[in-house]
Amino acid sequence: MNKLLTISPSPHQHTDDSVRKIMYRVLLALVPALIWSVIYFGMDAVRVTLLAVLSCVAFEYLIQRFVMKVQTTVTDGSAALTGLLLAFNVPSNLPWWIILMGSFFAIAIAKLSFGGLGGNIFNPALVGRVFLLISFPAQMTTWPVSRMAETDAVTAATPLGILKGGVLSGRPLQELSGNLPGIDNLLLGNMGGSLGEISAALLILGGIYLLWKKIITWQIPVSILLTMAVYAGIFWLINPEKYIDPLFHILAGGAILGAIYMATDMVTSPMTGKAQLIYGIGIGIITMTIRLFGAYPEGVSFAILIMNGFTPLLNSMIKPKRFGGKQP
Amino acid sequence: MNAPIIYTVVTLVAIGTTAAVILYVVARKFMVYEDPRIDTVERALPGANCGGCGYAGCRAFAETCVKENNLEKLFCPVGGNEGMEEVAKILGLEAVKKDPRVAVVRCNGTCEYRPKINRYDGVMTCAIVSSVYSGETGCQYGCLGCGDCCVVCNFDAVHMNPVTGLPEVTDEKCTACGACVTACPKNLIELRKKNARERKIYVACRNEEKGGIARKACKVACIGCGKCFDVCAYDAITIGNNLAFIDSDKCKLCRKCVAVCPTDAIIEVGFPPRKIQSETAETSQVN
Amino acid sequence: MLKTFKLGGVHPPENKLSADSEIVELPLSPTVFIPVGQHIGAPATAVVKKGDQVKTGQLIARSSGFVSANVHSSVSGTVTKVDLVPDSGGYPRVGVVIKVEGDDWDDQIDTSPDLKSEISLTGPEIIEKIKEAGIVGMGGATFPTHVKLVPPRGMKFEMLLINGVECEPFLTSDNRLMIEKSDEIVVGTRLLMKAMGVDKAFIGIENNKPEAIRKMEKAVNGISGISVVPLKVKYPQGGEKQLIKAVTGREVSSGALPVSVGCLVSNVGSAFAVYEAVQKNKPLFERVVTVTGKSLRNPSNVKVRIGTPVSDLILFAGGVPEDTGKIISGGPMMGKALATSDVPVTKGTSGIVLIPEKQAARKPQLACIRCSRCTNACPMGLEPFLLMTLSENSLWERLEKEMVLDCIECGSCSFSCPASRPLLDYIRYAKAKVGQLVRSRKH
Ligand code: SF4
Ligand code: SF4
Repeated sequence: MNKLLTISPSPHQHTDDSVRKIMYRVLLALVPALIWSVIYFGMDAVRVTLLAVLSCVAFEYLIQRFVMKVQTTVTDGSAALTGLLLAFNVPSNLPWWIILMGSFFAIAIAKLSFGGLGGNIFNPALVGRVFLLISFPAQMTTWPVSRMAETDAVTAATPLGILKGGVLSGRPLQELSGNLPGIDNLLLGNMGGSLGEISAALLILGGIYLLWKKIITWQIPVSILLTMAVYAGIFWLINPEKYIDPLFHILAGGAILGAIYMATDMVTSPMTGKAQLIYGIGIGIITMTIRLFGAYPEGVSFAILIMNGFTPLLNSMIKPKRFGGKQP
Repeated sequence: MNAPIIYTVVTLVAIGTTAAVILYVVARKFMVYEDPRIDTVERALPGANCGGCGYAGCRAFAETCVKENNLEKLFCPVGGNEGMEEVAKILGLEAVKKDPRVAVVRCNGTCEYRPKINRYDGVMTCAIVSSVYSGETGCQYGCLGCGDCCVVCNFDAVHMNPVTGLPEVTDEKCTACGACVTACPKNLIELRKKNARERKIYVACRNEEKGGIARKACKVACIGCGKCFDVCAYDAITIGNNLAFIDSDKCKLCRKCVAVCPTDAIIEVGFPPRKIQSETAETSQVN
Repeated sequence: MLKTFKLGGVHPPENKLSADSEIVELPLSPTVFIPVGQHIGAPATAVVKKGDQVKTGQLIARSSGFVSANVHSSVSGTVTKVDLVPDSGGYPRVGVVIKVEGDDWDDQIDTSPDLKSEISLTGPEIIEKIKEAGIVGMGGATFPTHVKLVPPRGMKFEMLLINGVECEPFLTSDNRLMIEKSDEIVVGTRLLMKAMGVDKAFIGIENNKPEAIRKMEKAVNGISGISVVPLKVKYPQGGEKQLIKAVTGREVSSGALPVSVGCLVSNVGSAFAVYEAVQKNKPLFERVVTVTGKSLRNPSNVKVRIGTPVSDLILFAGGVPEDTGKIISGGPMMGKALATSDVPVTKGTSGIVLIPEKQAARKPQLACIRCSRCTNACPMGLEPFLLMTLSENSLWERLEKEMVLDCIECGSCSFSCPASRPLLDYIRYAKAKVGQLVRSRKH
């Protein structure tokens, strides 16, 4: 034999899974919801999505290549995923320059300045979104009407927006309920909202795929949604006149998208099951507090970002159960 | 309408004053007395925090110098004799003089001399490679080539030569702090006496195998034949474990041993070319 | 529901290519090289010298300390030298090189093939026999069995666990042994039980070996105290602590020995060797080795003499395939890559696995994405990603607190990392460093 044998430490076998596969699977899981958005909002959805994805990838490449001068990691799919999630979180009629700013903020500030994939503390797509929400509140909360709607109006309101507006002006719930979409429409995605958050059913479908592929764990989504339901349920039981039922809260707005795709981001969520439960409960409580008592109609993004900040603490406090029962 | 402003100013001033008083009291109460000479000594030190003195940084060394009140066992290799002289002056003590030293890599197993017999694929640090197995070549004593010594050097003095796959020490930068000596899992690096014009003569091999086996693994291995030992007039050479060793404190740089070594394991650096140029002398020159 | 251990674990592809090939005997090699240190502990001291004539089964190196084991000649012939020869790690070790001349067995060895099942010796006598025969843990750990059989003062055994799990991918030697020598293994189990003074034994077998389970169940039928426990397939079930947990539900706490929960774990190969040593007077000088690999012509289970060069084994199985990139001694999860195939088979060699070049290379390492797969895979409940980072930064004290010494080096973490991080490489190094630290503190 004239070839040299390879020596390396054990193990000599490795899983087929890779970071790239994980990222592409999440992208795949989001595709059904994306298709629905295109059907619902028309070509505008395509424009926003493409722009966000391409700009994120381009920013990552350019910054890594020319500013940081390191090996670029665009092919791992994480930048594309950030772009897609950003697009899912903005109205489909957002002007192009705002999207570019969002992408830049997400990639350059929230991701690469923390050291790139794996180093970031906060979910880049959400940082981008919250940045836009604070900088451009008007554009970020003007929702387009569906392509299929038979009205002359050019802007629609989100269910949560209607709710918040109504509650703030002191009108009882019954008066509003005519304007609110029913459960069937919420599930299907027949409502106003950000590009990707509308179809709860398709998002859940993707979530089941991710669970099956062991990319997300049940702990985070279940604990978020359950906490929200319990929180909303308590207020609903106390005063159904003023507060709407928990199911509405779960299905409307970005709760599903946030719970399944944003909060579960591996890099920014805690590692052990127990910590993930605490993290999820925290997100649920903050979200509902903002929704019921805050100034914004929607609070998932803020809640996730706040709990992202607690992740390192949770990781260092809650250790996995050691074999043999001795904990460090 | 001025009322709010006044209230604000008054409150802030009150808070500020209270905080200041608390801070002052606490600082007073918990102040630790420190010998002011520690600071002076620390300023006299090079400030490299390399640990070459055996203490955790320059401050720790300065503290020890002041506390011990005796410099016999203390030496900062980076500052060298002059640095220690200054410390001694500050403390009114006597410093021990030491010969300046420089790090020398005792392996000449380049890719050409020492063929690879397997390929390593794993974490590229010498520490980990050496914990897994003996190395990519047949010589289990030789350099692993992952450059742990370059990583630990605080003075940018050690670099990997990509052609030979061996580390090289830049003498002017080397402070003989000894970081690389501890880092090398094969114990290849030695701090040797610094001679004029960077001259040095040393056995660039650590292979303790018997001659035949050592030669098979590496063409320039020391086979422990003892020829150098025989020609050395200054008792600088010792032979043990099939290996020759030249004591840099005894060596007078006469270069006799270099000429007799049958495997070119002894290396001379910094000498002018020999008058009667022999083949061996030329090939044994590093660089 | 089948039993298994709870924490962590992975499912590497099984690849038991040679599961159905019967054990065959390897023809003798012209020379063998028998290292005197084939076990954990002090190497034995050679008692033969150059020129000596030895018989098969003759003692050639005597145990030299409390934790040490005898070594016997596996062939008959002339000792050509007692010298340093490189081992699988490339470091030289003392060994006895014997030129093979015929096959003349020591007269004391009972070479008849019949099963001898009545036990006539007492417990201590059995242990003495085991010690004489130089039996060590044959799953790869190579801890001398006779040392294990005597519990530390104040502790008592309650049961014996026989490890027939063979959770490493590719390996099938234990599987074949259980199928072909089930009765002998059961007698060996009874001998071990008697030596330990217990009346309970469990034979744990993963249920991907249905035939072995059937055969062993038949063999224990009617023998009181021994039962076969089929286990759910999960790596690393063959780890001592994991097996105890799976079979008995007890957890050996950090840093403790299995005897602290009343258990002793022994490999089926060792149980078979015990049978041969006690009932047939045959010391441990041959073992079953799986030679396998995806592109090997005939993956097989071979009975070989200790000291036979690995290259002869591979030749027997069809020669080294063109595309071989790595030769592993042991299984692909915990085995050691060999620099050359000239190293000898030792008591702990459970298999030789040839891995094609394409799979031999590691994928480039990426940044940790904190997916927690390593944490979920770790059977000891450690946090490998954290241990690796700490190890990179040389934080040995922190590592000790994070219980790095509990790591059993199973490799589940490195196996499961999607970012191809060399977790175990760093952890293993940290273990060595922390071990040094702990030891230096004691002195
Ligand atoms: S090798 Fe060690 S750290 Fe890694 S999974 Fe196994 S026991 Fe855990
Ligand atoms: S499996 Fe790899 S990527 Fe995932 S947490 Fe562990 S080290 Fe990080």
